[in-house]
Amino acid sequence: MNQYALWKYILIAVCLVIGVLYALPNLFGEDPALQISPGTRGVTIGQDTLTQVTQALDNAKVAVKQATLTKQGLLIRLYDTDAQLKAQDVALDTLGRGYVVALNLAPATPQWLTAIGAAPMYLGLDLRGGVHFLMQVDMKAALEHAAERYVSDARALLREKKIRYLMVARAAGGGLDVKFKDDSERNQALEFLTRELRELKLSLQDNADGLHIIGTIPEKEQHAIKKTAVQQNLTTLRNRINELGVAEPVIQQQGEDRIVVQLPGVQDTARAKEILGATATLEFRMMDEEHDPREAIAGRTPPASKLYYERNGRPILLQKRLMLTGESIIDAASGFESQSSSPAVFITLDSKGARVFSQTTRELVGKRMAVVFIETKVETKNRDGRTVKEKRTVEEVINVAVIRSQLGKRFQVTGLDSTEEARNLALLLRAGALAAPMEIIEERTIGPSLGQDNIATGIFSAVIGSLMVIAFMVIYYGLFGLIANIAMIFNVVLVIALLSIIQATLTLPGIAGISLTMGMAVDANVLINERIREELRNGSTPQASIAAGYDKAFLAILDSNITTLIAALALFVFGTGPIKGFAVTLTLGLITSLFTAVMVTRAIVNLTYGRRRITRISV
Amino acid sequence: MEFFKKVSNFDFMGKRWYAITGSLVLFVFSIISLIFPGLNLGVDFTGGTVIELSYTQPVELGAVRNILSHGGYSDAVVQNFGTTRDILIRVAPRADMTSVALSEKILEVLRAGINNNQVEIRRVEFVGPQVGSELQEAGLLSLLFASLGILIYVALRFEYRMAIGAIIAMLHDPLLILGVFALGGIEFDLTVVAALLAIMGYSLNDTVVVFDRIRENFSRVRKGTPEEIINRSVNETLSRTLMTSFSTILVLIAMFLWGGQVLHAFSLALLIGIFIGTYSSIFIAAPVALAMGLSRQALLPPKREENDWRP
Repeated sequence: MNQYALWKYILIAVCLVIGVLYALPNLFGEDPALQISPGTRGVTIGQDTLTQVTQALDNAKVAVKQATLTKQGLLIRLYDTDAQLKAQDVALDTLGRGYVVALNLAPATPQWLTAIGAAPMYLGLDLRGGVHFLMQVDMKAALEHAAERYVSDARALLREKKIRYLMVARAAGGGLDVKFKDDSERNQALEFLTRELRELKLSLQDNADGLHIIGTIPEKEQHAIKKTAVQQNLTTLRNRINELGVAEPVIQQQGEDRIVVQLPGVQDTARAKEILGATATLEFRMMDEEHDPREAIAGRTPPASKLYYERNGRPILLQKRLMLTGESIIDAASGFESQSSSPAVFITLDSKGARVFSQTTRELVGKRMAVVFIETKVETKNRDGRTVKEKRTVEEVINVAVIRSQLGKRFQVTGLDSTEEARNLALLLRAGALAAPMEIIEERTIGPSLGQDNIATGIFSAVIGSLMVIAFMVIYYGLFGLIANIAMIFNVVLVIALLSIIQATLTLPGIAGISLTMGMAVDANVLINERIREELRNGSTPQASIAAGYDKAFLAILDSNITTLIAALALFVFGTGPIKGFAVTLTLGLITSLFTAVMVTRAIVNLTYGRRRITRISV
Repeated sequence: MEFFKKVSNFDFMGKRWYAITGSLVLFVFSIISLIFPGLNLGVDFTGGTVIELSYTQPVELGAVRNILSHGGYSDAVVQNFGTTRDILIRVAPRADMTSVALSEKILEVLRAGINNNQVEIRRVEFVGPQVGSELQEAGLLSLLFASLGILIYVALRFEYRMAIGAIIAMLHDPLLILGVFALGGIEFDLTVVAALLAIMGYSLNDTVVVFDRIRENFSRVRKGTPEEIINRSVNETLSRTLMTSFSTILVLIAMFLWGGQVLHAFSLALLIGIFIGTYSSIFIAAPVALAMGLSRQALLPPKREENDWRP
């Protein structure tokens, strides 16, 4: 009686070995490290980069633990965080621009464990410190922006074909509105525009004030615009974060119009927020040199122009025609002009932008062009007891310069006051423009020291809690309590192994979930042991009592675990962030505890008491 | 060691009306306290900013408040957080500033105010108003979804009268915890919602074990009124109910005392919940099922086979 088939023992042994192996990487901790990756396109990292950096570190007397070439770039492990900071400076000096040198914590998992794919759990922001942002993309602005582009395209196209129109503007409901004097011009335009602006749905409309072509943006196209806007913003954010030098950043779309940004281990949160929070777009516009801005201030703005202000508050008139937006900028670097050695910014455009730009600037040599920096701030105001969102757009001319010659793919902006100004302008240009403004709607920053504390307190309380449970179980149930404890520890190992295998993120509530499952995992054994005691009291033999105890308790264990599982699943489905972590560990813990508390303890009990005549058992 | 050498024989069912009356009174109290003073909703649900700061030396709360109100933040709530060196500042959503600017500004104001006392930002949490209401919705939805799922499961596995008893016991627990949180003015955040759901699952776990025994006893014990059989079942499972609660309480006490501030409200909710959950699975679930008219016939449909041919 009370024997298990061999395959059950083997199954348990295999689970134990796999569990231990995959849980093991979590014990080795992490090395402070540098992660060097290509910053701009075209930069490659190879063996020579590795030698170059290690050589430089050697010269600077920074001890390197290990330097390897990985798929992402270079990974240089160091002995402590001081060396890490020093090494970052050295690496930056040696490699210069074009490389991202990020501080990182690299898992110190031994080679033989990584070979079987074992890796430690990923620590959540609340445990390693860092910033979490949830950003909302302003879709209305994205659509307006798109409409603006159609307006500008239509104007350019009609001019090119020399079709005369009275007005091109954004329609009231979004989209395009072109006004004509007579029908033949309108028909000509309709035919032409239908061919050129295929995305738009064009229709004719005769109003009292004239003949119109109205272009609406179809639903499908709107959807595409929104999608592109989020994609564009994701890319821009990635570039901006590269500027920050963060290892393993998370930049993901969430839902239709939201973006999650997580920057683990970021120490300088202020700078991160500054760079991410700037929801800016750039526009290049020609200056209207024929009219006086003072006229515009008095309310007589010329129809093709718009009044702007420079940073110092000086009014300036710019043409409404959009030359280029920041989306076309690939790179912008600050430096010095070769002849005068005055501060300058060197700009590189993408090919499409370069083509447009060289065409338009050819006729505009000697004229002034302005860079407009558009920042959108969203303010939450309290009006009549209700919170209202208000958007305020700040449009500022950050630079006005004369076009000295036809501009192409590469050009420079000079006449800047200081190197500081050049650097700022370059950063603003380089960070690219967002397709649509974004607003931070949720932010959680955990300082690095708090992360450390959270790990320490989380693990300490879990250990103390489990020690108390272990002591209690042994005191109350003797050998059967001890067996339950072994199963409980086995359960924790399995949960950690599973979390490591699926590369789940461990958060503080996750640790709480693990320690809670420890308390609840022994529940199954309490049920079994109480049943065994009951059977013994009823006069059954020890062997029969063990068998009956396990059998009769099983249904109750199953039912009770499934109900808890339902609650855990509800948490998982509706929970966000840390709560999800709690739900995951709770769910995994419940499932594995069914295996350990019932099957593993039974196996140990069978090995101890099975196959022999016994008169009493320790329960 | 063994506390229950013999199966206890407490008359739980005889006292059921006392328990139900008591619970009803607490129910009403909880609902009143949810209306007034109401829950102290955390930043997760209201929106706003929370900043946790750590000084190198102990700091006077009054001094910090002074500096902040001079800096134009008179509405900021300042309190100690754990030690006298750590403080927590809460600011309601502001019209004229984003969170990004806000935390920096506050830190600036504080740095200027207190000399020779280094200050470090430990944590900043900003939740926009719309996220706040979304999180509220998600929290409520998860409570609803869990209740429904469990109701269906218990109704399928057992019997609808028992399902009703289980649901009442299960809803009883979070409501009383909410009452305690409202009365004590303890901050209610997302982790507490997680705790509430865990407690619902836990309390149900206890209830299901008792129900399981009731079902078994109805089929095994041929004589006795439903009241006697239910009472006997509760007594037979009593030691298990108490022992499991005890072992879970051990873990929770450790979490409450040493788990750090972040888990404080969470472990407190769980701790209160274990007590209430244990009570409700003994005094509420089965008595309600009994009051609903649970009987042997209800549990033993003619075709139900009990498989006794076990080796």
